[in-house]
Parts: sequence; structure tokens; C-alpha cells
Amino acid sequence: MSVIQDAAQSVMRTAIAYVPDRWVGTAGGDPLRTKHGLLGAPVSRLDGPDKVRGAARFAAEVTLPGMVYAALHYSRIARGRIASIDTAAAEAAPGVTLVMTHLNAPRMNKPPIMMTAPKAAAPSDLPVMQDAEIHWNGQPVALVLADTQEQADHAAALIEVTYEGAPAVTSFEVAKAHAHHPPTILGEPPELKIGDAEAALKGAAVSVDHVYRTPRHNHNAIELHACTVAWDGDALTVHDASQLVNATAWTLAQIFGVDEKQVRVTSPYVGGGFGGKCLWWHQILAAAASRLAGRPVRIVLSREGVFRMIGGRTVTEQRVALGAKADGTLAALIHTGVVAMTTHNNCPEQFTFPARHLYAADAIHLEQEVADMDMLANTFMRAPGEAVGTFALESALDELAEAMQLDPIELRRRIEPAKDPTSGHDFSSRHLLDAYAKGAEKFGWDKRAAQPGARREGEWLIGMGVATATYPYMRFPGCAARIRLGADGQAVVSIATHEMGMGTATVQTQHAAARLGLPLDRVRFDYGDTTLPEGTLAGGSNQTASNAGAIIAAHEALVTELLKLAGNDSPLAGLKVDEVEGFDGGLASIADPTRHESYASILARAQRDEVVVEAEGAMPLEGQKYSMHSTGAQFAEVRVNAVTGEVRVSRFLGSFDCGRILNAKTATSQFRGGIIMGLGLALTEETLFDERSGRIMNPSLAEYHVPVHMDVPEIDVIWTDAPDPHSPLGARGIGEIGITGVAAAVANAIYNATGKRIRDLPITLDKLM
Amino acid sequence: MTPFTYARATGPADAIRMGQGDGAKYLGGGTNLVDLMRETIEHPATLVDVTGLSTAIEPLDGGGLRIGAAASNTSLAAHPQVREAYPVLARAILAGASGQIRNMATVGGNILQRTRCTYFYDDAARCNKRAPGAGCDAIDGFNRIHAILGASPACVATHPSDMCVALAALDATVRLDGPEGARELPLAALHRLPGARPDVETELRPGELIVAVDLPALPFAARSTYRKVRDRASYAFALVSVAAALDLEGNIVRDVRLALGGVAHKPWRAEAAEAALRGKPATAENFRAAAEAELSAAVGLRDNAFKIELARRTIVAVLGELAEVQA
Repeated sequence: MSVIQDAAQSVMRTAIAYVPDRWVGTAGGDPLRTKHGLLGAPVSRLDGPDKVRGAARFAAEVTLPGMVYAALHYSRIARGRIASIDTAAAEAAPGVTLVMTHLNAPRMNKPPIMMTAPKAAAPSDLPVMQDAEIHWNGQPVALVLADTQEQADHAAALIEVTYEGAPAVTSFEVAKAHAHHPPTILGEPPELKIGDAEAALKGAAVSVDHVYRTPRHNHNAIELHACTVAWDGDALTVHDASQLVNATAWTLAQIFGVDEKQVRVTSPYVGGGFGGKCLWWHQILAAAASRLAGRPVRIVLSREGVFRMIGGRTVTEQRVALGAKADGTLAALIHTGVVAMTTHNNCPEQFTFPARHLYAADAIHLEQEVADMDMLANTFMRAPGEAVGTFALESALDELAEAMQLDPIELRRRIEPAKDPTSGHDFSSRHLLDAYAKGAEKFGWDKRAAQPGARREGEWLIGMGVATATYPYMRFPGCAARIRLGADGQAVVSIATHEMGMGTATVQTQHAAARLGLPLDRVRFDYGDTTLPEGTLAGGSNQTASNAGAIIAAHEALVTELLKLAGNDSPLAGLKVDEVEGFDGGLASIADPTRHESYASILARAQRDEVVVEAEGAMPLEGQKYSMHSTGAQFAEVRVNAVTGEVRVSRFLGSFDCGRILNAKTATSQFRGGIIMGLGLALTEETLFDERSGRIMNPSLAEYHVPVHMDVPEIDVIWTDAPDPHSPLGARGIGEIGITGVAAAVANAIYNATGKRIRDLPITLDKLM
Repeated sequence: MTPFTYARATGPADAIRMGQGDGAKYLGGGTNLVDLMRETIEHPATLVDVTGLSTAIEPLDGGGLRIGAAASNTSLAAHPQVREAYPVLARAILAGASGQIRNMATVGGNILQRTRCTYFYDDAARCNKRAPGAGCDAIDGFNRIHAILGASPACVATHPSDMCVALAALDATVRLDGPEGARELPLAALHRLPGARPDVETELRPGELIVAVDLPALPFAARSTYRKVRDRASYAFALVSVAAALDLEGNIVRDVRLALGGVAHKPWRAEAAEAALRGKPATAENFRAAAEAELSAAVGLRDNAFKIELARRTIVAVLGELAEVQA
């Protein structure tokens, strides 16, 4: 999600190719870039005990005096107008405070849609309950406030709406006939051509050319979308489950016409984000209703509500054509296709992004189109683009390897590029082949039968598959950190960043403690609140690098201040900022650690209770100079039942090259979680979008199949741990790479087991019978 | 959820007294009914909680078992005599839902659970089961989990129970009590095919209550099994399931019980297949012919035609497994 990156790109592209940061691998660089200790250690999540004890208070658990509960009534048509809306029965129902519709909702400004401003966060620019227009099946048309959730739910069910339907485009086939280029694909051109790929394909010694399809998906975090909101005059507080507090505050401020500083958004805990916990209509409607009723409001979507109102991953249709020369290098790489989108959002599912950076080819043609449909705005979901793009690309590579009688890993060795194949930049750090080699050895790839269908145990056919994982490195500008160091030797580090269960707060506490030379329990990390220094959104796997960059900058400011305070009577006298490091509860000379003074001593001599500094991370120019991507190799072993077509993934291994790993335990969990999502993408998940009505027909965890425990084998995770010389701490974010490549690895393993090539997801048993 | 009154029955007579009148519904574990109330698909005026009725699982004189309607699914599946004498039943129950749901769900409630057709669950869709005469959006819509046997132009929904498939195979009898007195019905005759009235799902009379389920003695059911084929390894409804018991004399099928789940508006006792097998050698070829006899009338829709072949293959595999075990 390069929302902020996009906005800053024009500035950055004209900046000189100068990387001012201390973390680069030059003399006098960051000593923590390679030092192990707290960093890298498998520290358990610091928020774990509170969550286990039930002490962590989530957005739906904040209670405010006089609070009322909200429930929504959703449209049942995809396009048209509300002809009449009868709220009398709802208004008369017990406990009801207010029924809000387009007829009485406060006037609000049009939501600023993502990518139109650095902190614009609206998923769609449709006006929110301002008119009678219906734009998707499931659009909220009324909101009820009542004394209890049950009363609100009941009253919402009593609302009667009549509609004047209008022709709606709810068929992907129909929409595809008018597919067009979006203005950009997250700031990149929708079409990219190097040479004449079609001609190269025709002339290739061996070629494959197929269409791959992936279905719609919906977000299903355990925590339902929820917020508790209150107004105090023109000041709005939103206790949210959010992965972008600052952008939410700014966007709500635009919508309600108040100053950004008047909107406070908190989000100390999030029960799963994955791209879904952004700004949607429920926060806006809750704030509007709260203003109208003069009461604090809590809104918690039902599971059905999450399907009706929170966007998911869109449907894709992708062509991948590969032409190989006799030596196994690529003459042509073509990856084109179309996704469904709406005219009121901006999320084109960047499925061609992997092919922009992964493999060398003489000629390349990448092109994405969007087909406008009348549907809920689709959105970012679990490695948008890369998750489904790697399914097509990596399946096609497996098909090419088969056609060439080459081992799939050997094929990837032959097409490993020396430089980024489309930008021409040097890679900052790339060890994909190393990840393949280590993964192959650990997984036992040599036991794979080259011939499909060769291994069978009883009813079960057994096969192995492999695919490349990839996700870009991102660090966003504008991330600031504050460090408060007390004379008691306690430090508080603050950034308005997001802990959604992945370990952000734990890792940055480790980082700050290591940098300050303090034990872990002497450092507190505050986050998830717009009153703190501004952070970045939790998207594009950027937070680790963005936060680390900000803490490095704030720490530099802190050391500068401390050396000033230490003065000439300190053992540190005369040392410069880059000559000292945090050590043993104080500062020490890097060259001579016996020159040391504790923080308590420095502050006592200066007669200070504390030192507080704040600084913003350096501009992320490293991404302009280098091609910075994480990669990995995903290995799957599957068992396919020859009778029923059922697929069981029996073993899985992910081998990742993601720079330096900062916490072995939280990293392993994140990789595993991503891989499990990949298994869902491969085998079970599909939103049933009824193209007659534009309505989602399986809005429930019973009928929308995420993998359950029995679908998940033991998952082995390994990594290269090779520090990236151009990123803070040598790390690259790992939030999203885990899901990428998984669907292809599974599909390729199914082919190896059965000889059946399935090109549309999910791979349900009927496709294998 | 629509407001309702709630009363807890102390025994069958009490329950039947309270269960009379329009809009009364008996409540077991609530694992399906409460969901449907939350979705405003069901809106009973009165809930009569019958979980206080008999939970006993006791031997019958002359063999067999009587199962109290309020017994939990978990306790039935775990009962030693069920595990030994009727493994098909224990396995069917354990193939369904989740541990938490099975702890709550009662035997009576399991029998009376309603279809998982997504159009039935969405009151924005047309459904003859919810609103007779409204039409059916499933016939031309998403119908992967829908019926291939016994469907009608009015309804293609399936009965979702696993337990009932085993009960149908075992010739279970349902003991009823009601305002007009007590009676018995074979489980296989309790549920109806949809015909023109898919809203009428069982032969229960108004106010009638399931009080127990009787399993007859069936010694060869000690060699029985249940196989469920679905879209994930657990916690999904059957695409096709097969409950079977096989009685061999040498290589000859002396007797057989076969029922299918996930294929019809009711648990589908495969009598044609059974008849085709009795007295025949237990060979894969004969198993296939038996499956064919049962499925020759099957009709596939847009998304579920694969289930005809899937049912055929699963029947053959299950019978083959039982034959091998017994050989």
C-alpha cells in the first residue's frame, strides 16, 4: 500500500541520489545493523499477557458515559435509488434513540479517496448517506441508535425500504468488454513494454501461454470492525480498530469540516488487520450519528456487515505467456490482465508487480486493466497484487519448466537477473537463489519425482511444488518518534504506529532497548494514538523500517542532547555523536567502552529529571536508488485423493530472504500466518458474488471457507538473515511476503501429484476429479 | 432478532402443553435455531426449552439403544455402546460441526436443523422455503451444496445433518409425543422431499415433539463407517457423505445398509443400491453397479453436477473399505 510513497514520489524522484542515513554500511555506520543480542532474539510479544488475561481493551470494549449502540440496515439492490424509507416502526421500537438515513444525516464533505492526498484514507469517494443513490448491494441505508445492541439490531430489522432499481453492471464478463487502463497502478504505469514481447514469444524455442483466474475474497479478521466515538464540541474522539490512525483522523477531519488536530484516533489493539482495518463507512456513520444524537456511539459490525460493507480482494483474470530460448533463459515475459473495480475507488490489485522485478527476459510486456462494476469498493488485502500475481506467474514458470524438462528451481537459476529487469537499478540485497538452495535442502526437494503422478500411497497421490515469494521493501516518509529518557533510567518511545498482533511494539521495544543500552523492561513503547508523533499506516509491510528509521533519528537527537548535557566533566567529554552508543544504562565510547557514563549520572549532574527529544526519520531515498525487494522460496507437499479429489497439504516450508530478522519468534509467526492465508487462497477461499444481484451470498464463517486447523500442516520457516545494507537495521518488512507464492507452490505440487494443471482458484475437489 | 418469550419445560407433558399455539418452537442447544433467529429467518413468538428432557442413552430390551432427545451430540458420539455397536453413528457425529457446537447440540435439534442453502439464509433472496410461492434463487444461482436427488422445481436445498445419515442407514425410529398422543416414525420417513411445499420439512404434526430415537439391534453395524467429503478438512458441510454397514458371508453380501448425505432434502437412504447388492459378490464392479442404480435418477445443476460422480466414487470406496475390513 504505497499511499504515502506515491504522494512523495515526485519529490523524491528529483532528489539527488544521496542516502544521508547512518545505517548504511559505510564506516561509522549503525553498529546495530549487524549486532545480535536483543535484536533478533525470540522475545515473546509484550502485549501477550494482557491479551491472554483479557486485560487488553479493544475498540468495541471502550465504554463511554451515555453511550448508545448502533446497527445498520443494508441495501438489497446493486444500483438505483431509495424510493421510500419507512423508519416509523424502528423509531417506535424499545430503546431507540435515533434512526439516521440520508434524509436526516448531517451534511458531510465528500470523502477524500486514497492516493489523492498524503493522508487521504477513504476507500471510496461516494458521499456517505447524503442522498438516495444506491451504488452497491449491501450499502448502508439507515443507522439505528439504541440503548442496547440487541435493541438496535431489532429496530434495524424493522426498517422498510422500497427501491427504484437501475441497470447495474454486476457481471465481470459484461464489465470486461469495457475494461480500460486505470490512470496508474499505485503510481506505476498500467502498461510497461521492453522490446516486442509478442514477437519474441512467437520466435521462442519453447513457450507457454495461459489464462489464470482468482476469485473475490473477503476480509475475515477475528475481531469484527468496531469503533466507539464521541464528540466534545467540534472535537471528535474515535476509539478504533485501525491500521492507519493518522490518516483516519485527517480524513474524518475533512469529512466533518473540522481541524485535523480536533480529531483523535486511538487504536491500542487490533484483532487482525490484513488491509481491512482501514477507514470505512462505519466510523463516518458512527461519528455522524453521534453528532446528531449528542451521545457517544459504539458500532460493531456483524460478520455479515463486514462482508456487506468492508471491501475485499477483487476478482482477477491474468494471462501469462513465457517464451524460452534453448538455454532456458527467457526471450519473452508477458503478464497482462484485468480486475474488477468501481468508478468510485482506486485499488487496481497490482498483480503485475512481481513480474516487474523477479526475472530476466529479453522482452517484457506487462499490462493491467480494470473493469468497472457496481459493487462495494474493493481494497487492499493480504499482499494485494503480489498474492494473486505470483499465483499466475509462478504457475506459468512451473508449466514452462515442465515443457522444457527442467527442474523448476534450475529454471529460476537460469533467469535470475543481475539487475532489476525493468528499472535497471541494482538490487540492494537479493539472495533468492540462496533461499531456494537452503529451502530445497531442508525440504528434501531431491525426493520430488520429476514425472507427475509417480507417487501414490493408497488413495493418495503425493506431489511437491515450489514457487517464488516476493514483496517490495517500503519505508514511508513522515514517520516521527519521540524518546523520553528519565533520570530513573526508564525510557518511553512513542510513535503513532500500529500493533495488530504481529509484534510491531515488541520489535521496536527490542530495538529501542538495544539502541539505548537498557534492559527490555526499562523501555516502554507507546503507539496507536494520534496524540503521539505521527507514524505511517500499517500497510505495504513498511512499519518495521519506517519505525526503525524514526527511532534511529530520535536516538541521534537524544545522544546529541545527552553529550551536550554531559559537558566537559564527563568521561564522554569530547566524543561526537557517531563515536558513542547506548551501553549498560548509559552512553559509552564505541572505541573504548570504559569511557562510559550512566544516563542517571548525566541527568543528575545536569539537574534534569528527563530528556525528551523528537525527530522524523530520514527521507526514504534508498528506495529511489536501489531495487529493494524481499524474496523467498515456498515449498509445498500435497496429497490429493484419487477418489474424491480432496487436497491435503501435508508439509510446507517457507525459505525467506527478507533482510535481517529482528525477532525470530514474531517473524516465524508472521511468515506462518501468511502461508496459512496462502493455503486459503490456494484451496478454499472464495466470496460467492451473485452476478444476478451483485450480492454476496456467503457472508459467514461457516460458508466462507478460511483454512481450519486440520487444513494446516506443520509449517517450517527458515531465512537467510542477510542484512540489507540500505535499510534501517538491515531489515525489510515481512508482513505480507508470507502469502505470496503459496498458491502457486500448492498448485504446482498438485500438478506434480496428479498431472492436472488447475489455473483457477480455489482448487476445490471437483476440479481434480 | 424478534422479541420472544422463553420457557423451560420440566418434562415432555410440560413441553407439549407449552409448545401448543402458533409461533411456539422447541429449543434444544440452539446451535441452529438461534442463528436463524439472529438472521431473522426464524421468528418464533415462544421458545420452549426442552434441554431438560431425557438425556439418557440406554439399552432396549431385545437389543438396540434408546437415545433421549436432549442427549448432546458429544455424549452420543462418545457413548461406549455407540462406538462399539454403531461406529457409523459415532463417526458421523464427529464429522459434523465443531467440538463446541457438538457439546451444545442435542439429538432432537440435530434432526430438525435446517438447510444451509445460502438463499434460504438471506431474506433479500427468493426462497420458497421461507416464503412459499416466492420462487427459488438457488436453482440458477450458487448451488454447489445443493441436491442431486429428489429435488423439485420449487426447491433444491439439502438437509445438512451428518448424524441423520447414519440414523437413516441404521433404520432408526423417532419417538414422538404431542397434543394427539405418542407415536413413532422411521427416521427415513420423518423428513420430506420438497415437492411443491419445501416449507414443510417434516411429517411432524403441530406441537409434536421428538422425545427419543431408537436404534434397533443390528449386529453387523459393528462393521460400519461414515465418510464425509467436503471443501475443507473440518468444519464444512458435506458435499457428499456416505454411511454404510456391510454384512458379508464369505464374499457374498448378505445384507447392507447405505445412506447418503449432502445430496437431497432429506437423509437419503439408498434402497436401490442396497437391493442391487444383496446376494451379490462384494466386488468393486458390483459396488459400482449398486451406486449406479441409486444415482441413475440424479440430476445435476450448474455447480453441483460433479456430486453425481463424487457420490458414485465415494459409495464404491466406502463399500470397498468395509469389504476389505471384513474379508
